Amino acid sequence: MSAACNKKGVLGQLKENCAEIMKCMQCGVCSGSCPSGRHTSLNIRKIVRNATRTTDVLNDEQLWMCTTCYNCQERCPRNIDIVDSVLAIRAVAVREGIMLEEHRNVGKLLVKHGHAVPIDEKNKLKRTSLGLEELPETVHKYSEGLEEVKTLLKSCGFEELLETGNE
Amino acid sequence: MTGLSLFLGCLVPNRYPGIELATRLCLAKLDVDFVDIEGASCCPAPGVFRSFDEATWLALASRNIVLSEKMQRDILTICNGCFGSLADANHKLKTETELKAEINSHLSKIGKEFRGNIDVRHIMEYLFREVGVEQIKAAVEKPLNIKVAVHYGCHLLKPSRDRGLGNFEKVRFFDELVEAVGAKSIDYTDKTECCGAGGGMRSALKEESLKMAEHKLSKIEEAGVDCIVNACPFCHMQLDAGQRDIRENTGTEYNIPVLHYTQLLGLSLGFKPEMLGISMNTTNNTEFIEKLEKCQQAQD
Repeated sequence: MSAACNKKGVLGQLKENCAEIMKCMQCGVCSGSCPSGRHTSLNIRKIVRNATRTTDVLNDEQLWMCTTCYNCQERCPRNIDIVDSVLAIRAVAVREGIMLEEHRNVGKLLVKHGHAVPIDEKNKLKRTSLGLEELPETVHKYSEGLEEVKTLLKSCGFEELLETGNE
Repeated sequence: MTGLSLFLGCLVPNRYPGIELATRLCLAKLDVDFVDIEGASCCPAPGVFRSFDEATWLALASRNIVLSEKMQRDILTICNGCFGSLADANHKLKTETELKAEINSHLSKIGKEFRGNIDVRHIMEYLFREVGVEQIKAAVEKPLNIKVAVHYGCHLLKPSRDRGLGNFEKVRFFDELVEAVGAKSIDYTDKTECCGAGGGMRSALKEESLKMAEHKLSKIEEAGVDCIVNACPFCHMQLDAGQRDIRENTGTEYNIPVLHYTQLLGLSLGFKPEMLGISMNTTNNTEFIEKLEKCQQAQD
């Protein structure tokens, strides 16, 4: 994995993406406001503290326990965009090939169907029993639209990103 | 008032189509001018895709926005996730020139260009601001004499500086829309708290995410309501299918009916429960539907 051989570069990337976090005074209002932290091991204050200090944060499963509810960001007395920083840290992790397998699979569904949650037979039946068309007015029904989505995903290098760390 | 284009997203048409039909029926009955967007995709989901890669997230979101720009219509979303994704992407691309140029270079490969001349709306704030509580009250044919736990969800209200709907801890507009159909909004502990589904939690760390759902469900049960009403199919799924998941994991039974606001509104506008897909939840809603039917029949 490139994280090990390019540690300085990745840390530099973290610092650049999370410059906002330097304003943190570790008051803990974020953790006290975090609904996930009440029930899971997520300690958002620690993630904020470590984000620009160590690349260990990238491998921490806690990074994916944030539901992006924004409570911490709303209440932060230093007005730090905490959730935006979490997303930026995740993006660095993903570029290093660190992602949860289920998320990789959701990504593959998007590449194939243009929907993260595509239609299935059971729901086609639900649709027709309601008097709706079997397929909705989305890329499911318009194949040229799906081709456009695939072109964009290719242009952004999304499929390669999904394969990172999965060789 | 600008006309609207209806953005379906993934979960509404592909998992809870009753919400799609309820939306169409309600908008038509309230004379809201809307058309379909042909060939829209996933918004794309903010939790996973925005986390993964900003350019991918913006490229797909902007394509959806451009489809509506071409029709010169504002986008109407019926999901907090779609609203968060499309409204945030629209705002970013309208305000960050360099980013807009980068995304437009991707869009040029499919012959499209983001211009930034429409807005992204959420059905709840649209109904409140543009249709109005009084007009909804006037349209109600079957007032619903039920008790409701309102679940706002997160991305409808937050980040509040971008949403402009006020302090997320003191909001009332959704409760007012619920009361407009004759129902009573019951206060409960941690009402504004997250359902636990977002940010990629339900998809990858389901057991952890269900702890948050169970916390909400337990507080709602304490409050004693006939149903939960939400504004987002992902919250809807987490609170509905989540009850099955919790039963399988821990044996705890809740059996609380879960409705999207369009389904509640549809009932009050006189549409039958079966037309609104209320029986299509994972949770068994039979008793609740019987109660609704009795309530509707009593008013015939």
